[in-house]
Amino acid sequence: MSELLPILDSISPGTDFSQSQNFIDDGLLDSFDVVTLVAALEKKLNISIDGADVTPENFKNLETLEAFVRRYRENNGL
Amino acid sequence: MNNTSIHFLYNTVLKSPDKACAIDDQGTITFANFFTKAYCIAKLLGQQGILNQPILVYLPKGNAAIISFAASLLSGNFYVPIDIKSPQKRIRTILSNLQPRIVISSITLKERLQELGIPLQDIIFLENIDYTSTLFIEAMIEECKSMTDQIIDCDPCYIMFTSGSTGTPKGVVVPHRGVMDYIEWAIACLQVDNSDIIGNQAPLFFDNSTLDIYLSWATGATINFIPESLFLFPIKLIEYLENNQITFIFFVPSVLVSVSKMQLLSPERLPSLRKIVFAGEVMPTKHLAYWQTQLPNKSYINLYGPTEITVDCTYFFVDRIYNTEETLPIGYPCQNSGVIILTNDNRLAKNGEQGELCVRGSSLALGYWNAPEKTEEVFCQNPLQKNYADRIYRTGDLVMKNEKGQILFIGRIDSQIKHMGYRIELGEIETAADALHCIDKCCILYNQQSKEIVLFYESMEEQTVATLKKGLSEQLPNYMIPRKYIYLQKLPINANGKIDRKSLAEKLQ
Repeated sequence: MSELLPILDSISPGTDFSQSQNFIDDGLLDSFDVVTLVAALEKKLNISIDGADVTPENFKNLETLEAFVRRYRENNGL
Repeated sequence: MNNTSIHFLYNTVLKSPDKACAIDDQGTITFANFFTKAYCIAKLLGQQGILNQPILVYLPKGNAAIISFAASLLSGNFYVPIDIKSPQKRIRTILSNLQPRIVISSITLKERLQELGIPLQDIIFLENIDYTSTLFIEAMIEECKSMTDQIIDCDPCYIMFTSGSTGTPKGVVVPHRGVMDYIEWAIACLQVDNSDIIGNQAPLFFDNSTLDIYLSWATGATINFIPESLFLFPIKLIEYLENNQITFIFFVPSVLVSVSKMQLLSPERLPSLRKIVFAGEVMPTKHLAYWQTQLPNKSYINLYGPTEITVDCTYFFVDRIYNTEETLPIGYPCQNSGVIILTNDNRLAKNGEQGELCVRGSSLALGYWNAPEKTEEVFCQNPLQKNYADRIYRTGDLVMKNEKGQILFIGRIDSQIKHMGYRIELGEIETAADALHCIDKCCILYNQQSKEIVLFYESMEEQTVATLKKGLSEQLPNYMIPRKYIYLQKLPINANGKIDRKSLAEKLQ
């Protein structure tokens, strides 16, 4: 299971993020959720996210979000 | 003498017919084309033989929706915007209260309208209308004036439905006079003119949108409907504001906070933006200070007011950077809005003394649609005036004046909250949760720290969050769905036999 699922679940409990190809189109995240999710990712994964990278492309689905987090970890040498 | 708020549009369309009136994802429409389309719909409404009746506008946000608003007014009727994303059950409740004779909508929404049980003959589909008119604008205006000559300024202009504590949304009936006086104040105070491009954030079923729409109609400014999806990604929002040279925004603080949290601003950003206006909830001074520091040459204006006073009744031009522990004032009464602060024993509160903000004046709503008892409860006689009828609205907001005479918002005296700018009665969520078969008893609280709606519930066994969310989303719009669900075998009871909210609140700490 993706390590991101528990983080996503803490943002929107009971929502199945694993099957969605597009969190936004499927209405799984609202504007408040995205900001909260960024804060949760920073805290739980110990990364610092640049606001300019918080884009629909990176937050589209679980796959893109995982790739996004992976890039941050590589850049931070984690 | 102007009798309705649509007169704003008459003046502007005559003065600047070719100027851009509104922009949405479908394109730009000039004032002349906007008016012609509205006129064609109005003529059709006129043929239905209805006057001073509610017209339900069931459309997504955009040019077509506000053309339909204008058409309703041009025909001598009033409009009722509805959140098309609301669950069918909630819309049915509103429909049953409102009983609209006509619905304006789009063929793309036909299926949903049928599910709602609206007869096809009561629906005007915008795609079926012939928008050609051989008349000059002057002649169209004259024809519209004859359709509205029976309408006076205290007749309804629109109804907006807000959350209701007993579970049923309340329809706030706002008269033309309210809109006219409010907008005249806004133009003078906020100094908006036809060079402005207004970036709209507020949903059209939310009172803040009244300012955006009527400022455009009254001044010739352009209203630009910002795509909703951009509010999820602040960087995209900033880019959109820049690319579209937006000069004026009226946003809920949550949006400004998102931009601040992502640290996206720098002095060279948003060069076109002149005025940043906010209302709908408390603006955290920490995040406002970020905006002020990064973009020091803009005007920041804090507005305050409930839907029952049209849009706002106080304003405050932010005069300096406020510390985190300071409260940003909601300021001073708008022109034509009388603000009085009443203590528990109906005395006028002194400076420094807390009391309920009550408001009087020409922008006061007519009351709640089809709810005389609820109306009488909060729209009542000013207890300080014994000699003549003087209606006030009791907002339920606890405020006080500081030593400078500025009004400060303290909190609520009931369980109404502001969440992401939306006004929500926790009682409405409780009613929806109580209706779920799997819940025996429940209590909804709002965690001010984390800005989360929390559902505590008592049940035979713990339910999955997905089950609870599914049940609630069939009754409530998304922004009302709780974020946290806490199962208790038994909800705590206080000495009066009621659910002990205090003890539940302690569990949130």
